[in-house]
Amino acid sequence: MAPADTVQSELNSPADVSPGEQLSQEEDGNHAAASNKVLEVTSLRKYFPILRGFFRRQVGEVKAVDDVSFHVVRGETLALVGESGCGKTTTGRCVMRAIEPSSGSVIFRKRDGEEIEVTTLTRQDLRSVQQFMGMIFQDPFSSLNPRLTVLEIIGEPFVTRKLIRNRRQLEERVAELLRSVRLDPTYMRRYPHAFSGGQRQRIAIARALALDPDFVVADEPVSALDVSVQAQILSLLKELQTEQHLTYLFITHNLSVVEYLSDRVSVMYVGQIVELGHTQSIFRRPRHPYTEALLSAVPVVETGKTGRRRERIILEGDVADPANVPPGCTFHPRCPYVQDVCRVEEPQLVDLAGANGNQPHYVRCHFAEELDLQGVRSTVQ
Amino acid sequence: MSQSPLLLSVDNLATHFFSQEGILEAVDGVSFDIHAGEALGIAGESGCGKSVTAQSILRIVPKNGKIVTGAISLLQNGESVDLVQLDDRGQEIREIRGGEIAMVFQEPMAAFSMVYTIGNQITEVIRLHQKCSQDEARERAIEMLQRVGMPIPEQTIDAYPFALSGGMRQRAMIAMALSCHPSLLIADEPTTAVDVTIQAQVLELMKDLQRDMGMALIVITHDLAVISELCDRVMIMYLGKDVESAPADVIFRDPKHPYTVGLLRSVPELGEGHTQELDPISGSVPSPYRRPAGCPFHPRCPEFIPDVCDVELPPQIELTGGHRVRCHLYVQD
Ligand SMILES: Nc1ncnc2c1ncn2[C@@H]1O[C@H](COP(=O)(O)OP(=O)(O)OP(=O)(O)O)[C@@H](O)[C@H]1O
Ligand SMILES: Nc1ncnc2c1ncn2[C@@H]1O[C@H](COP(=O)(O)OP(=O)(O)OP(=O)(O)O)[C@@H](O)[C@H]1O
Ligand code: SF4
Ligand code: SF4
Ligand SMILES: [Mg+2]
Ligand SMILES: [Mg+2]
Repeated sequence: MAPADTVQSELNSPADVSPGEQLSQEEDGNHAAASNKVLEVTSLRKYFPILRGFFRRQVGEVKAVDDVSFHVVRGETLALVGESGCGKTTTGRCVMRAIEPSSGSVIFRKRDGEEIEVTTLTRQDLRSVQQFMGMIFQDPFSSLNPRLTVLEIIGEPFVTRKLIRNRRQLEERVAELLRSVRLDPTYMRRYPHAFSGGQRQRIAIARALALDPDFVVADEPVSALDVSVQAQILSLLKELQTEQHLTYLFITHNLSVVEYLSDRVSVMYVGQIVELGHTQSIFRRPRHPYTEALLSAVPVVETGKTGRRRERIILEGDVADPANVPPGCTFHPRCPYVQDVCRVEEPQLVDLAGANGNQPHYVRCHFAEELDLQGVRSTVQ
Repeated sequence: MSQSPLLLSVDNLATHFFSQEGILEAVDGVSFDIHAGEALGIAGESGCGKSVTAQSILRIVPKNGKIVTGAISLLQNGESVDLVQLDDRGQEIREIRGGEIAMVFQEPMAAFSMVYTIGNQITEVIRLHQKCSQDEARERAIEMLQRVGMPIPEQTIDAYPFALSGGMRQRAMIAMALSCHPSLLIADEPTTAVDVTIQAQVLELMKDLQRDMGMALIVITHDLAVISELCDRVMIMYLGKDVESAPADVIFRDPKHPYTVGLLRSVPELGEGHTQELDPISGSVPSPYRRPAGCPFHPRCPEFIPDVCDVELPPQIELTGGHRVRCHLYVQD
């Protein structure tokens, strides 16, 4: 594991912390925390125009992502969870600038502390920053070019960036990457169709890690895989994170996966974050009615050891349409605790940290402090 | 065990597909019984033959496939009909399909035509199976839509399928399937394409309907938790074989087949925290054209017995309490 070692030693070396930073750590705890943030997203918006008719007149807009702010700390996994269409993928793609955000700021902080505002970079500069960011997609069948060999797929970033010109060196690097995702390097001359879904996802992971990124956006990386293979990929992602000191933005709709993999979680509902905080404390005691309903909706295997669960909360109606967002609290048409104020007044994302110890815990609900909501009954002490 | 009468008995069913690549044994010797009002879950990974089992029962196996052996006995009014022996385009099976046995699919769009309103399509099904006027049929369709929790059914009945949201479409499809009061409903991945809050609605609805209408249910899914919520019995399939079947509470508490054990250990469970150890099954499901000799699971099995499992097909062993397993570990001699 040569590359992992390099990363480790680089991170542990004193040179990684500049004298200035050390100083400020001593005098200001908050500032030290800020410099730990690999990514800082502020007021991100992405509105898609709705076009109609022959002249493609704009008749409205889909507020796919609407004023989203969060940060990701180096080495952690932040999960983005929510139902279909809530804006998870759009958020991930805006952060990578695979699509252009409508407004907002995305600051990426390199290992050496340099801060880069991603949203205003030129094409050329963007490419050099994207090298520090990897992306893994849901569907390993369509994300790999069927006409290229595994060597060409994984080696592509080195070739296009002219990082490696020597074929033998390229093969060595690709072999190393294949080994790191637990695939046999002798497979490198095969084409994607010769691999199973799980193997293809390993290839996609190897490619995402090719340039030794700090930060990886994984968009539903196991949803399209066979059940028995999902666990292999989840374990692999967890191991790689430790080995290579990766930071993940992990997009999923599966709450069990969120619990298994993430340190913090951001729950989205129609383009907005409704709850954000430490996974364990949110799962134990959610503060937003939508989070409570989501957790309650997950079916669980009844093994008899935990006994029958409490009554399930069944939400009425469907997920709101981001092209036609309800007024007030966007969740009010389905919320079991709705009050008059919810229909007219939009709740803000508020940090409950004061009421809840010292870990930041953001909630967007008028009654976050009053409501006594049910979480997941933990079977571990 | 069960007091209610036997409704459907599937005995050693094998359905194969024939192509230039060879013979694909999609379903290969599967047996199970369903009693009236009972819910059976069929689980297993993609390609193990769940949908083809359902297609075989309804006799809607695609043209390149064929039921090669086995019997599927449907018991109606004290008489037994072997569905395998029926002409798959004949009057008898057409009356059973949608009448006695109904089906809902993963993708509701597949069940509906886009050019007719859902009302048109539901009333057509009703009139195909029951003697009634257009107005009566419409009345019943509205009743059914109401029953599945469709808001303003008097209006939604005239909606086109594409104008409904995912959850609504799912409900409309269930309403259509239930409109003739079938004694068996087969639901193939009824919630795979919908969100978790909608899934909870649909599961709750199916539970209620099954209880109220005394209908038997086959739920096909890869999600063991969905089965755990809905079913009395479970059958686990792997590469066309029924590797294990048992009452739901038994199989989840005390799985016997190494594949079932692996499946249960490989999914993260809500409430287990992030320190839980996942124990993935190694390797992946082999190509159906390259079915391993002996036990089909042997290349991935941690309990593999050399010179036995890779040579001999394990027999089906009857354990106590209606628990059946196909594995050499449980052979007594
Ligand atoms: N290119 C586009 N043009 C118009 N609307 C779009 C576009 N991409 C996404 N949307 C809309 O933006 C909203 C958010 O989509 P997004 O793909 O981010 O959701 P998601 O949370 O990733 O959902 P899923 O779980 O289904 O992947 C949806 O309503 C979607 O229809
Ligand atoms: N029309 C067909 N022609 C040829 N092979 C088929 C056909 N339909 C299904 N098969 C094959 O039969 C096997 C069983 O398929 P089936 O659809 O029953 O799987 P399944 O268990 O329902 O999987 P999934 O969870 O993906 O729906 C698979 O190997 C599949 O490729
Ligand atoms: S603000 Fe009101 S409607 Fe919105 S989640 Fe809170 S209680 Fe429910
Ligand atoms: S028969 Fe052998 S290989 Fe198959 S499941 Fe049992 S122990 Fe494993
Ligand atoms: Mg998405
Ligand atoms: Mg299927």
